[in-house]
Amino acid sequence: MPRVSFERIHKTYGAVSILKNLDLSIDHGDFLVLLGPSGCGKTTLLNMLAGLTDVTDGRILIGDRDVTDLDPKDRGLAMVFQSYALYPTKTVRGNLRFGLASARLPAPEMDRRVAWAAKLLQIEPLLDRKPAQLSGGQRQRVAIGRALVKHAEVLLFDEPLSNLDAKLRTEMRLEIKRLHEELNPTVVYVTHDQIEAMTMATRIAVMNGGVIQQFGTPDEIYERPANLFVAGFIGSPAMNLKKARIAKRDGLVTGRFGNGQEIVLTDYGFARAPQDGAEIIVGLRPEYFGPPDAPVNGAAAVFDLPVAHTERTGSDATGYLRFDDGLLSLRVEPGQAARLAGGQKVRVAFPPGKANLFDAATGGRL
Amino acid sequence: MTDIASAATIGATIDSRPIVRRRKKRITGRSVAVLVFLTICALFFCVPLYVVLTTSLKTMDEIRQGQIFALPQTWTLEAWRFAWFEACSGINCNGLRVGFWNSVLILVPSLMLSVALSIVTGYALALWDVRWAGTFLFLMFMCAFVPFQIIMYPLIAMTRSIGVYGTIWGVAVVHAVLAMPVLVLIFRNYYKDIPQEIMSAAIMDSGSFWRIFGEIILPMSGNILIVVVILQLTSIWNDYLIGVTFGGFNTQPMTVNLANMVTVSTGTASYNVDMAAALLTAIPPLLIYFLVGKFFVAGITAGAIKG
Repeated sequence: MPRVSFERIHKTYGAVSILKNLDLSIDHGDFLVLLGPSGCGKTTLLNMLAGLTDVTDGRILIGDRDVTDLDPKDRGLAMVFQSYALYPTKTVRGNLRFGLASARLPAPEMDRRVAWAAKLLQIEPLLDRKPAQLSGGQRQRVAIGRALVKHAEVLLFDEPLSNLDAKLRTEMRLEIKRLHEELNPTVVYVTHDQIEAMTMATRIAVMNGGVIQQFGTPDEIYERPANLFVAGFIGSPAMNLKKARIAKRDGLVTGRFGNGQEIVLTDYGFARAPQDGAEIIVGLRPEYFGPPDAPVNGAAAVFDLPVAHTERTGSDATGYLRFDDGLLSLRVEPGQAARLAGGQKVRVAFPPGKANLFDAATGGRL
Repeated sequence: MTDIASAATIGATIDSRPIVRRRKKRITGRSVAVLVFLTICALFFCVPLYVVLTTSLKTMDEIRQGQIFALPQTWTLEAWRFAWFEACSGINCNGLRVGFWNSVLILVPSLMLSVALSIVTGYALALWDVRWAGTFLFLMFMCAFVPFQIIMYPLIAMTRSIGVYGTIWGVAVVHAVLAMPVLVLIFRNYYKDIPQEIMSAAIMDSGSFWRIFGEIILPMSGNILIVVVILQLTSIWNDYLIGVTFGGFNTQPMTVNLANMVTVSTGTASYNVDMAAALLTAIPPLLIYFLVGKFFVAGITAGAIKG
């Protein structure tokens, strides 16, 4: 029995269609991340689950209850908002208690739960302060506490970390992950940040244009993107996507790029046997390239390319090589990046079995 | 010279410091113009006030000498006492205090009714998904432009049919209804600034219209409540037409009392008593402005979300 399921969800605003025939279901204890660019419908989907937005057509089930037309408070949900949405005139304690008092819980039980959440989130010293006296990270903790005290079946997060600075964001990411492991609630989490998605999710639904592009575990999404959108959206630096043509000879399948370079694709798990001369797009993750100018053994492809420039991003560096009419990015050791001069030709190798192939016409995975 | 020289040496060590400071000019053409304008404005209000105040403290003999700008030769509060305790309004000769207490009795329910009605309506229109909210708001806004005189007779008929015509409650209901368009707009615009996510959180936590109003929204409304209460308090206290029309014979407010006293008194006009009565009538709103004027300004400028 799935914990949360969306069945044939449609959403239109006037003539504009936001979500089209969307189906999705997750199990108890899952951490689902709805990931996508702005305007892809992920927040709309979350608000529909929360009951803050009407569903045009379709059903939403929590457990075996149809909640499509229930009031938000009757759905057994708790939500953490992007702006925290704390009640400004109430103390932290008052914020935590408001939902419980509305549910008419006895006072000792309320106190017990508030104390439990405060301890869990280390906000005990803040209980008698007003939200205006708290820092951003503290407000976020209180907002999470306010959701936790309700012991809801499903926790909803709407881009909760996007107002925090980079350091706090990392801290809170770990914190939310720890809470999920300790308490094991079902979570639906909306974000446009792929690092949050990759680090916290047990399931990711990548959305674009109101359609779920791919639904799977972080590993599946990263290693086997279902289409060009997912391939380009997940990963930083982004996957290299290069046009090529299938060439078959002597039982060997290769992809021939516009500049005449080739990649061996014989061991690729084609869903359907490829046709000779078919136009494809080859996706090569920057981090799978071997180090530049290292000895090459059994590589699927070897390129000799001039260096365009390099970029250092702290613990990593990215090299950009001129390839065909564009650039090919690959991860290199920061120490080596410093030695790569512009214009210098280097030899890089790509290992077998790591390439992703897409149909150039449909964008779907081959 | 020395100033510039020393500033230059400092400038050499601390770059961010401006080397030559601009000297503040004390008197400019513009500030003179503003001062003159403000003085004229102040005189415009102060001269009549001075005359009213001094006249109310003179005896009638002095007033008959015709020097209205002169200070009283003998200072006396007799006119004030007379206005408060003995002045006649029609056949009642119990002074202004009758009207004063009537005004207080009218003020309290009128104020509570009008503020309560409009704060809840504004809250619903701004923060809840009310069907036809826009149309309703537009109609209400149009109502604000309908002159009272046009709907006076229908209102009399309506208040009579619900049995409150000629009572304090009649005056209160009419005040509340007539103030609604403007007050609802004020509250609604104020509540529109409350972030939608706070309402979403409250709806998920409680979902109760009244509970959210009482526990979340009302505590955030302090500023605007002060503004509205002061506005409404002054307008109810200073009202004449509604009081004289709906108030009935024994429940006429202080303004009506004052007007009767000044216009229909027999014999010679006692200007000192008239002036004292006018001042007595004006004191309550003045007092309110002096006491809470600071909050009034703060309330007008502050938004719903502070800190």
